Amino acid sequence: MSQERTAPGATGAFVEDPEAPEYSAYGGDWSEIADEAARLGQQRIVVNMGPQHPSTHGVLRVMLEIEGETVTETRAGIGYLHTGIEKNMEYRTWTQGVTFCTRMDYVASMSQEAVYCLGIEKLLGITDEVPERANVLRVLMLELTRIGSHLVAIGTGGNEMGATTVMTTAFIGREDTFRVIEMITGLRTNNAYIRPGGVSQDTPEGAVEYIRQMIPKVRQKLDELVDLQLQNPIFKLRLQGVANLDLAGCMALGITGPILRSAGLPYDVRKAEPYCGYETYDFQVPTSTESDAYSRVVLRLEECYESLKIVEQCADRLDQTVGQPVMVADKKIAWPAQLSLGADGQGNSLEHIRHIMGESMESLIHHFKLVTEGFKVPAGQVYQAIEGPKGLLGVHLVSDGGTKPWRAHFRDPGFNNLQALSILTEGGQVADVVVAIATIDMVLGGVDR
Amino acid sequence: MSDSQDLTGTGAAKGGPQMGDRERITLINVREGMFGAKGDTSGYDLLVTPVQMPGASERPYGEWFDGAVNVLEELLGERADAAIEYVVVDRGELTLHIAREHLVEVCEHLRDDQDLRFEMCLGVSGVHYPADAGRELHAVYPMQSITHNRRLRIEVAVDEADPHVPSITSVYPMNNWHERETWDFFGIVFDGHPSLARIEMPDDWVGHPQRKDYPLGGIPVEYKGAEIPSPDNRRQYR
Amino acid sequence: MGIEESAPPFMLGTVEDFVGYMRAGSMWPATFGLACCAIEMMSTGTPRFDIARIGSEVFRGSPRQADMMIVAGRVSNKMAPIVRQVYDQMAEPKWVLSMGVCASSGGMFNNYAIVQGVDHVVPVDIYLPGCPPRPEMLLYALLELQRQVRETPMGRNRRQMAAAAEAAALAATPTSDMKGLLR
Repeated sequence: MSQERTAPGATGAFVEDPEAPEYSAYGGDWSEIADEAARLGQQRIVVNMGPQHPSTHGVLRVMLEIEGETVTETRAGIGYLHTGIEKNMEYRTWTQGVTFCTRMDYVASMSQEAVYCLGIEKLLGITDEVPERANVLRVLMLELTRIGSHLVAIGTGGNEMGATTVMTTAFIGREDTFRVIEMITGLRTNNAYIRPGGVSQDTPEGAVEYIRQMIPKVRQKLDELVDLQLQNPIFKLRLQGVANLDLAGCMALGITGPILRSAGLPYDVRKAEPYCGYETYDFQVPTSTESDAYSRVVLRLEECYESLKIVEQCADRLDQTVGQPVMVADKKIAWPAQLSLGADGQGNSLEHIRHIMGESMESLIHHFKLVTEGFKVPAGQVYQAIEGPKGLLGVHLVSDGGTKPWRAHFRDPGFNNLQALSILTEGGQVADVVVAIATIDMVLGGVDR
Repeated sequence: MSDSQDLTGTGAAKGGPQMGDRERITLINVREGMFGAKGDTSGYDLLVTPVQMPGASERPYGEWFDGAVNVLEELLGERADAAIEYVVVDRGELTLHIAREHLVEVCEHLRDDQDLRFEMCLGVSGVHYPADAGRELHAVYPMQSITHNRRLRIEVAVDEADPHVPSITSVYPMNNWHERETWDFFGIVFDGHPSLARIEMPDDWVGHPQRKDYPLGGIPVEYKGAEIPSPDNRRQYR
Repeated sequence: MGIEESAPPFMLGTVEDFVGYMRAGSMWPATFGLACCAIEMMSTGTPRFDIARIGSEVFRGSPRQADMMIVAGRVSNKMAPIVRQVYDQMAEPKWVLSMGVCASSGGMFNNYAIVQGVDHVVPVDIYLPGCPPRPEMLLYALLELQRQVRETPMGRNRRQMAAAAEAAALAATPTSDMKGLLR
């Protein structure tokens, strides 16, 4: 990095500067807002909510101006979890980038992995060469992740409204999806399972039976959530007619996902622009025209049922494709070792280690080069979108022809949808702010990246 | 490996293509050496490779691209030549390089015309190309048409010394936070934005951290006598 | 056979033991989730792992009612002052559990945005590695912390222990001088 260039507004003052900024919890616009409120008299009350608040889904900060119990102005403050993931990815190989982007929206880890890998495959021009079994495994993982994400949305939403049972029930269901995910990927979250060109490893023995055992358990928890919530008069009073956003509002704010579908537009990237073979699966896109918080909970539950249908179909296809490859055939891209389940947990395949260490010097060189240097991706840029659990998840990838991304930018649906917080809450009750935040279902890791 | 790299072909001379081509091609990077923390570990310092984006495409563009560009040119009328700098079709995606003066008008047409109807702008992604003299900062807008199920990309390039792009929040209100983010990370000033404040970094942060001339900012990790430099200072392939 | 059947008429013990036993029994964590680890922390609170078994199921929204702060996730430069403020708002005695590698050392995010270890901001009692640590690991860390709390000396013993710890730290080889396998 050259420091001589003095671009306006780029890197400037650092520690040697005697006037270097100091950070305090009281700085920024908050004190200005508070001073202004004091100046204007007692009628105007500005309440700061977060970034450490049990009901803001993480480190979201909301600045509310209230009059009695009515919210007159809402402003969201984000950035408290900004991690610089996109910049970090510029210093890692394309394959290593998977481990970074999976930590963005950590409730739906594998959505980012999938969109990122699909983007790389488009850059490489190998989209059609990804084997069928890899695509089936990707779809399986995406749908399990979707169920998990929706269950967290419903569960924490219920918890924030004061119903702990909703959360415990939802999390039991989510743990069942995690059991399958863990069996196949080796990790509960942040899996780094979907890799450029395929997936990191094939299913272990008995995985399909395990998936089939899991499905009724999750369905039972979904049924319980339906019984617990949807006819509950308190729940209905709390959510029906709250946090309304009609279709025009959704379009103006670029809202996607369950919120858009609750306003009546059946836009789902899985149907509109199928990827990973989604066009071959049988599933519905539930919609509603109520456009309130209640309808979004209903939609999320219905989507979970649809996802279970897809998971069932995936299980059948896994049976049909046993033994087929899960990674592209091109050895210049495919990770040389297929990981396998050893006695001590996950690890490299012993067969591969024996081969590179004992038999073939060339294989060892190839392994070393591919793992340390990575593969080169031709220069260019692509945009890839998938339907994440929270909406349209996009990635803009730029390659400079090297082994590392020149720029990777993620359009997290939560980041975009959170812009709607003001319009969802202004004019409503203070207590409904929590409902609005829960209904947007953003994850701050994805919002801030 | 890629066709685009062959465009420069001639190799060793620094600077890459002629100025005439420059306006129709994005120079991503001028890569020096092959491996090392700084320069080339081999000591052979003459490996200089300019890397470029795929250049301007000629008609026919294929798929629905011709139709869309025709409609846009028709709507722009005599301003079409000035507004659309060049068109790139690469990997099945259409990129329109737009002059910043005409960006808002182009966006209005893209949104309002029934044959275009790109209802959604999927944000703006800043990209910094320090080697692309005079056009260092790019603002990339992916546009999504739900009606026609299409996507295209608008790209606006500006000089680092004059990083001003008109805000399109008047046309696409959804871009409000996205533009703030790009200002925060790249220092592109979106003129006409209702409140262009930092969004991710603290309000009093100095600099725009995702530009290429901003260091990654990691610290070396010390471990029992060994010191591992931060990722941007390690030896690496390039 | 509980204490009911064979309860002696009186028992002797130290205040130290008694206080430690009481403190360790129900440590309430502050609801303080930051990133990925927070989701695993939430999972720990739900039926499969059931943090209630070790008396820490009451996650308190207000730091003033909490005994323990689980720093679950990466701490950004923007968040660091808030972390400190939450810590300052907690009443003594208080403990900090640094959950996951990001909170412990910055982890994989060695960059401009992330504080390289929450111990730059607040004193940490126990570090829990993992990215993210499994809920079982969090439970183990909590049990370890409880053990530490139970065995915490008080009064003169505490001063002696602090002096001994400081002397040992001064005598130890600094990390920068350790050679490890690099001879």
